[in-house]
Amino acid sequence: MTDVILAITVLWGFIFIYAVMATMDFGAGFWSMLYIKNEKTNATNIANRYLSPTWEVTNVFVVAVVVAIYSFFPSAAYTLGTVLLIPGSIILLLLAVRSGFLVFSHIVDDYHKPLTYVSGISGFIIPAFLILVLPITHGGFVDNIDGVDTLMLGRLLTSPHALSFILFAISSTLFLSSLLLADFSKVANDRHAYAIYRRDALILGPVSLLGALLIMVTMRYEATWLFNGMMDYIVWLFISAGMFVVTGVALVIPGKNGWTGLPRLGVVSAFIQYALASYAYGRAHLPYIIYPNVTIQNAFTDPASFRALFITYIVGFIILFPGFIYFWRLFMKDEKYIKSEN
Amino acid sequence: MEDVVIARSLFGTTMGFHIIFATLGVGIPLMILIAELMYQKTKNREYAIMAKRWTKAKAVLLGVAIPTGTIAGVQLSLLWPGFMEVIGKVMALPFQIEIYAFFIEALFISIYVYAADRISPWMRILSVTLVTIGAAASAVLITNVHAFEGTPAGFRIENGQIVDVDPWAAFFNPSFVVTAAHVAVSAFMTGAFVIASVAAYKMLRNKHDERVYKFHRKALIMGLVVGGIFSFMTAINGHESAQLLHQYQPEKLAAAEGLFETQSHAPLAVGGFTDRETKEVKWGIEVPWALSFLADDRFDTVVVGLDDFPEEYWPPLFVHTLFNAMVGIGSLLIMLSLFGFFWSKILKKTTYPKWLMWLFVAAGPLSMLAIEFGWIFACTGRQPWVIYRIMLTEDAVTGNQNLAALFIAFAGIYVLLGVAVVLVLRYYFKRHPIEDELNDIPPSSNGVQA
Ligand code: HDD
Ligand code: HEM
Ligand code: HEM
Repeated sequence: MTDVILAITVLWGFIFIYAVMATMDFGAGFWSMLYIKNEKTNATNIANRYLSPTWEVTNVFVVAVVVAIYSFFPSAAYTLGTVLLIPGSIILLLLAVRSGFLVFSHIVDDYHKPLTYVSGISGFIIPAFLILVLPITHGGFVDNIDGVDTLMLGRLLTSPHALSFILFAISSTLFLSSLLLADFSKVANDRHAYAIYRRDALILGPVSLLGALLIMVTMRYEATWLFNGMMDYIVWLFISAGMFVVTGVALVIPGKNGWTGLPRLGVVSAFIQYALASYAYGRAHLPYIIYPNVTIQNAFTDPASFRALFITYIVGFIILFPGFIYFWRLFMKDEKYIKSEN
Repeated sequence: MEDVVIARSLFGTTMGFHIIFATLGVGIPLMILIAELMYQKTKNREYAIMAKRWTKAKAVLLGVAIPTGTIAGVQLSLLWPGFMEVIGKVMALPFQIEIYAFFIEALFISIYVYAADRISPWMRILSVTLVTIGAAASAVLITNVHAFEGTPAGFRIENGQIVDVDPWAAFFNPSFVVTAAHVAVSAFMTGAFVIASVAAYKMLRNKHDERVYKFHRKALIMGLVVGGIFSFMTAINGHESAQLLHQYQPEKLAAAEGLFETQSHAPLAVGGFTDRETKEVKWGIEVPWALSFLADDRFDTVVVGLDDFPEEYWPPLFVHTLFNAMVGIGSLLIMLSLFGFFWSKILKKTTYPKWLMWLFVAAGPLSMLAIEFGWIFACTGRQPWVIYRIMLTEDAVTGNQNLAALFIAFAGIYVLLGVAVVLVLRYYFKRHPIEDELNDIPPSSNGVQA
């Protein structure tokens, strides 16, 4: 593997991990808001128990993605920084409101509900803006005005392609998070919450698939180069769709002790589904970072810097890995924690 | 207004807001760690209560520290794409390593906060230790980027191209160690004095409840001792920072001191305002020969004045005032902690006079001000360069127009978060008064006596 391919692979890995963690994070925030009024269920508590310890770790990943872009592909960072000024700033503002109020809502009991609404709604909008970075990189939304690359925001927000991405982002956020929370509820042995999240996943799964299909249909017209590239990976896309069916089946087959469905299997197959699809997307996107001017080759950092960075990646991973395992055992596996009240 | 001016104001505002929470994010974990250790040593439950309450405060502050830091990190690329292109090629290491520090901090603060009752005391202490190390490391690493802007190293520019990149030489640039240490020790100092401030204020308010009074007295002493130690280190190390300026950024030192004429036996101007027209510091006190001595430990050291540089490369002259304010606050706080120590340990008095208590209350806000002054001095004193003698700030700025709307939006968010965080902290500590927690301590324990 060449250095450039190694770099883009690491970056892709970070983006994928962040995408998955962020959907869980923003989705859990949304569900904890939606079910806050429902006295009969623990669905909100279950969502909070996932959210409280993880949002900071998730947030580090967004920083990690940004840092990986500017350290591996500084020239791409130049163009992205210029083009994304407005959408990037909107994301930052929403993120600030969301994180701040998420923390505040847990401290101020009397205003728990309004604060949760603020953080839930702002978090729900963030994925819609985050995903817009993808269609922007497909080309067609950036004009050079007086020598400055400028994003055509109006054109972007009226483009069917971009709108399909937004639909996909929001529905995927809710789909993946409800799936995970269903699994979480089962571990917590909470049948009521489980039934709610299972139902939500069953409704939202097809919507997210529809979003994905719309992306492909509109891509054919708005980003033909990418569409043609993805057709070379059609097998991956079919397997991905197959995994979606597996997830659906996993949610309806009878399980043990009268539980309907095997949510753990559903989580794993959905994860594989998204991994395969985004791999196909990523491969087809190469060599372009931003079509048609910025490629992974012409944006690549200095080789000496890359080598130094890569060494820190390995050392960092070795140091952090035990920490992640410990964290996982304390919050994701410890049934006592997941079941505990409030 | 010019876009570059708005961009500078916007970024400066972001940093000025982030630094409040970032500094406390470095300083408070150290105090929590000390309280945890004291608890293990003395088994006095009051220290456990301190650790718990400070942790709660820290958790609230995190809700602002993390998003504003994220804004800072992304805004660097959004506002200064030209700068970040160079940083990406040459100086990416500190940003990258900082990510690991963030991870360590985020993982273990969650463990410390949400799993406290499920892990052993020693695991708790290990967790806060890692949080402290993670926070201090992230401060040190981000400061390294700032150090690089002042003393760039590890690359050359040839025909507009960056060549001969040596990322580790850039990482260990000449001012890294001294500057990073200054930021770390000043953050520890500030965290400790902020704790002392709150404790002193509560003592003034709770004179009649002896238990509460004594509880806060313990916290006050802890804050003053730790703050005193670190304020010494800050001053000694600040002196080295100034010597580095003499060596590497002479026009910044000249602006800091309001010195125009290059000379040996240069005087130190304390206070006053620099006048560009008459080229002198008005209403300042001059200490003969002192500047030369400070710059390089000898009275005959030649200190370069601003006249040796073209005026377009002069930093703004008001940095003299910022520099004086920082040094003044540092000196005052050292004397304050020495006096407090002398009062209670040498004179063996158990209560402090009221005026002294109010000075203790001021200590926290004053050190936070010193942090702000120091940073604005350091960043504004570097102007017009974003990378000293390599890249001008106006060449690094984004080509985008209409930044004014963004400035208003971000400023609005900072006001919102700033107000909210104060209200949330007040609400929480009003609802959970210290009396309740002290009353939970069984009377038989040795917790009551100081
Ligand atoms: C509690 C805060 C605090 C206190 C009491 C002091 N400083 Fe400081 N100083 C900082 C907090 C700070 C800072 C905010 O952390 C800065 C800003 C940039 C930096 O590297 O550290 C700084 C910068 C800074 C610089 C500029 C470095 C540069 O431009 O690269 C110098 C020369 C000094 N300091 C010197 C001193 C001296 C001689 C002090 C004597 C008491 C002192 N500082 C007290
Ligand atoms: C956290 C405390 C900090 C504060 C309060 C602060 C303050 C400021 C201010 C006021 C400006 C505007 C300067 C002017 O136009 O006069 C500025 C600019 C800038 N600072 Fe800092 N700064 C801080 C830390 C940092 C750090 C750690 C870095 C390094 C990554 C940094 C990098 C920059 C850059 C790149 C600019 C814009 C370009 C320029 O004006 O030179 N700052 N900062
Ligand atoms: C010298 C000045 C700075 C210091 C001392 C500092 C320190 C810190 C600390 C301690 C935190 C963790 C928050 C907490 O635990 O309370 C933090 C968060 C953060 N800081 Fe700063 N910071 C500084 C300047 C900057 C600058 C210039 C940037 C951007 C380039 C930045 C980017 C961030 C980011 C992205 C986070 C959030 C990390 C996360 O997601 O957990 N910081 N900072």
